[in-house]
Amino acid sequence: MELDFVLSKEEKGPAGKTELIYDLAIIGGGPAGMTAAVYAARKKLKTLLISKDLGGQVLWTTEVENYMGYQYIQGRQLMDKFKEQVRQFPIDQEIGEEVQKLSKDEKFFAILTRTGKKFRAKAVIIASGKRSRPLNVPGEKRLIGRGVSYCSICDAPFFEGKEVAVIGGGNSAFEAALDLVKIASRIYLIDIASSWRADSILVEQIEKEKKKVTFFPAHRIKEIEGKDKLQGMTIESSNRKETKHLSVQGVFIEIGLVPNSEFARSLVKLNQIGEIVVDCSNHTSIPGLFAAGDVSSVPEKQIIIAAGEGAKATLIAHQYLMRLK
Amino acid sequence: MALLKDEVQNEVKERFKKLSGSLRLVNFTQKLECHHCEDTRRLTEEIASLSPKISAKVYNFAIDKEKAQQYKIDKIPAIVVEAEKDYGIRFFGIPGGYEFNSLISSIIDVSRGAADLSPESKDKISKITKPLHIQVFVTLTCPYCPAAVQMAHKLALESEYITSDMIESAEFPHLTNKYQVMGVPKIVINEKFGFEGALPESAFLDEIMKASK
Repeated sequence: MELDFVLSKEEKGPAGKTELIYDLAIIGGGPAGMTAAVYAARKKLKTLLISKDLGGQVLWTTEVENYMGYQYIQGRQLMDKFKEQVRQFPIDQEIGEEVQKLSKDEKFFAILTRTGKKFRAKAVIIASGKRSRPLNVPGEKRLIGRGVSYCSICDAPFFEGKEVAVIGGGNSAFEAALDLVKIASRIYLIDIASSWRADSILVEQIEKEKKKVTFFPAHRIKEIEGKDKLQGMTIESSNRKETKHLSVQGVFIEIGLVPNSEFARSLVKLNQIGEIVVDCSNHTSIPGLFAAGDVSSVPEKQIIIAAGEGAKATLIAHQYLMRLK
Repeated sequence: MALLKDEVQNEVKERFKKLSGSLRLVNFTQKLECHHCEDTRRLTEEIASLSPKISAKVYNFAIDKEKAQQYKIDKIPAIVVEAEKDYGIRFFGIPGGYEFNSLISSIIDVSRGAADLSPESKDKISKITKPLHIQVFVTLTCPYCPAAVQMAHKLALESEYITSDMIESAEFPHLTNKYQVMGVPKIVINEKFGFEGALPESAFLDEIMKASK
């Protein structure tokens, strides 16, 4: 691997102005949140961007080949370009903070972070994205960091010459399998559905690696085994007729995502899978509260869609704020 | 050819304008049988050339044994980031990829001689009176690892009882075996207690406090 030196764009220091009432608070710093922030700054809204990190899920994406303007770019490079653009504007940033609770009194939204910081704003855009969904099978939780991984680019190097399983049938599972194909000795690709949901271009790439990759469509995971270290797993066909033991040392779980909406659960309407319900103008069930990107019920989760939704949410929020005055 | 591309050099120079006190990078290396030693030495020297406030000192691990002992260096490549005082901040293996951020962040913190931790955290840290050795295992492709390394190094800067090592997993397979590292960031405290994942400041410190008891 070629040695490189990544210098992430600097983040603005803590705002530290807890008494200030912001026009707009943006929760989340992925493509939706950062785009929303740039649009807000251009509308000269007094803006707070509050997020665990800048870049969100894209930081975990090795290659991006469908964000217009770039035929090919690494996920983190694309996010550095986003950060650079955010940095042009005087936006208060609270990076490294997770929101614990969002509430609303008569006039303002109140944001409480896990470290106890409080902020108030006239309007809020939730763009807090999604995180990896666990399988919820026996052994999974116990073996996180001991063979169970949700980040293939982070942990793939530990499985050199080893047998591993990738769980899932979508793009992220196939991308994980591609990361691992160069490293592991054998890969089992296991999914509950009988056909793959990944883009055909990714499926074709993996099918070229047939010598290394064994496919188990229509299988579920019964148990991940091992005490202090992963030692194998048992899978079962979806008709429950066959079970099989695989002596893998690593399991990469890529079965999709859950929305980061818990902090707003008591305030706003969520759909069955926990996404914040929005209309096509990013309105939620609460006036002044908007949502954008993967955390919202917008159909299709893509970087380019999230960015577009973030822009739209700010423009609609701006109209709302104008009417407040 | 320089290891650091022009654009990265310029960005680092820009960041180094903020350096207040002078500091020193101490590199332990050797010529043979060390995969990234040569690159780590070059990186140390290139970084030092980007600010008049930074000096670099290179020791040969095999020859300068006294110095290695003084700095408690037991493996290479190693970089110590120190000012007039050695705060116990170490990078073992090359801080490339995402970990380059950790190196630059530690340089800025050490130059300031203070870590930007919350008053509550500083209060908790002041109650630590026993030596704590934190090892943070990383891979260079892990986007969440620098947060853990930077947090551990800030604790080392804040407390004279805490020392903190970044350990690049690929360089030290015997250590990843010993501590059963199969996912990163993995934090090992005093050789025995450990946890996985980058945690926010207060939660990270809570784990450290548990181990200090």
